[in-house]
Amino acid sequence: MTERRIDKDTTSEIVRQFGARPEMLVQILQTIVMRFGWVSEDTIRQLAVELNLSRADVYGVVTYYHDFRTEPPGQHIVKICQAEACQAMGGRELTDHARALLGANLHATNADVTLEPVYCLGNCACAPAVMINGKTHGRVSEGRFDELVDAMKANN
Amino acid sequence: MSATRIYVPRETAAVSVGADEVALEIAREAKRSGTSIRLIRNGSWGATWLEPLVEVEVDGVRIAYGNVTKEDVAGMFAADLPNGGEHERRLGPITEVPYLIGQDRWTFWRCGLTEPLSIDDFLAHQGFKALQQAFADGPDAVLDAVADSGLRGRGGAGFPTGIKWRTVAATEADQKYIACNADEGDSGTFSDRMLMEGDPLGLIESMAIAGFAVGASKGYIYLRSEYPLTHSILSRALDVARENGWLGDNIQGSGFDFEIELHLGAGSYVCGEETAMLESLEGKKGIVRYKPPLPAHEGLFGKPTVVNNVVTLASVPNIVNLGGERYAGMGINRSKGTLAFQLAGNIRRGGLVEKSFGVTLRELIDDWGGGTASGRPVKAVQVGGPLGAYLTAEQLDISLDYEAFTEIGAMIGHGGIVVFDDTVDMAQQARFAMEFCAIESCGKCTPCRIGSTRGVEVIDRLIAGENREENYDLLVELCDTMEHASLCAMGGMTPYPVRSVLNHFAEDFASSGDEP
Repeated sequence: MTERRIDKDTTSEIVRQFGARPEMLVQILQTIVMRFGWVSEDTIRQLAVELNLSRADVYGVVTYYHDFRTEPPGQHIVKICQAEACQAMGGRELTDHARALLGANLHATNADVTLEPVYCLGNCACAPAVMINGKTHGRVSEGRFDELVDAMKANN
Repeated sequence: MSATRIYVPRETAAVSVGADEVALEIAREAKRSGTSIRLIRNGSWGATWLEPLVEVEVDGVRIAYGNVTKEDVAGMFAADLPNGGEHERRLGPITEVPYLIGQDRWTFWRCGLTEPLSIDDFLAHQGFKALQQAFADGPDAVLDAVADSGLRGRGGAGFPTGIKWRTVAATEADQKYIACNADEGDSGTFSDRMLMEGDPLGLIESMAIAGFAVGASKGYIYLRSEYPLTHSILSRALDVARENGWLGDNIQGSGFDFEIELHLGAGSYVCGEETAMLESLEGKKGIVRYKPPLPAHEGLFGKPTVVNNVVTLASVPNIVNLGGERYAGMGINRSKGTLAFQLAGNIRRGGLVEKSFGVTLRELIDDWGGGTASGRPVKAVQVGGPLGAYLTAEQLDISLDYEAFTEIGAMIGHGGIVVFDDTVDMAQQARFAMEFCAIESCGKCTPCRIGSTRGVEVIDRLIAGENREENYDLLVELCDTMEHASLCAMGGMTPYPVRSVLNHFAEDFASSGDEP
């Protein structure tokens, strides 16, 4: 189970792990997001203090990068490639199918599943590609997608 | 009797279509049948369409089995897999797989062949030979070899690597850096990933050679976060190199110190632009810098920095081993050497083909790729990622040559080739080019930040059939403005795919939106 409440002590530990170097901010945020799924206002304040940066500096970096969510995601994260190689193999149709199946638009969460766009998973010879909870899948037909979603939910 | 060696790739594409499950099933079946095997997780040979591709070594010959599913495994054992037994999945010796014949494997020659994280296997396959050679011959010999090779940046810009390295070498500074750009964001490309997963120690050696040549003691790899398996393999490879004295202080007693730090990106496409990447490596927003100063003079943390793509760097060890002239002897015109072309999208046999420049698009798409996956006619081919032009089916006889592509308003970029069949709506592809630019623009310059959003709006009006002529002219003018006034290739080259649609597929604007 991914913890969605961001623990302050763990955050401090992550900062220390990167030597509290301000130039490691992107790496620190990436580690926090991998652990907790998102970055909160409180985390931004805490990082500003611990890295001796302004809150505006941290906020700017958080909101610049697509990976750094500012809202907690669902238990499961489904990313569907929206880029050209996947478009050529029905990526748009697969996205529509996923939206209907999961009852969520891109960037939205429903029933603890967050649906997100991704622009290329580097799996372009096995298009269309999706990533479910950090694992990349290729040659994903609509039927295959349904199986993957079932397996994801069974894995709770 | 020694254990039979069975190879199953641990590479993103192979794993994405079931290689882990196949490997697990092979281990189980071997146990069940009392067969002694050694399961090796190699990289991919690049015949991605055959993944998961399993090999078994019989009397020193590796016999390949293609498109293996976990359900096939029991049957394969029943058909005497350990002795290369006949089975419907059997392709024969890997060296005789047609897709892999006729390639010019200069940079990717170890991919698939070796065990990526084994230092012994690496050393047995010329690993660190070029670095040792560099130590023996000195930095100038390396700089000369790279200049002689005619190698140009494989990330897409095609800048001569030798000039870049010499510039950094000649710039005085207390600290210099090697920054490896592994932010492979172009759709249709995966060669960096395949190399890092299949030959990570080769990249580490390449960066050390670059560091030695220009006098840099520290390297960074900026890896995109969309590649989690690559991250895990590369992290381990860095440890393996450190544990064996190939990174760190006084490498193998040479007196040369070199360390590599692995950084993850965070989902920003524009961070593949070299100065945005440097900003991101400094922990900041990935906003493009003005040039000059060039990174070679003032790069990471203001210090002289070599910024090179993964494939550029990985081309160097063989240039040191075999000589720059040998590399320059391949290719055509000013496009020397080889490029790892990546066949993607709607293509029957997708994968990676490393070939000398001069090969035609048609040869790649037909001879290697086997045409479209859908079996329908090719309508358009986008070369060079989201900033590359769409070519028509009539333009496919063009040679892969940087300058020839420039002449027709296209680019080779990082070598990604994305094929579309005749069901594609090109007006939507033009719209997507602008939309993608709007999503990914760093926001620093107005033509890119605002132009891309206005571009989507104008294309929507064109598709809706509003004031067609006026909007067409407006879009052409907008493309000119973006191309000439943007700070970097993001805004500057988004017009390429848009214009190619206007020039070659304009009829799609009239019919777009007819289907749901």
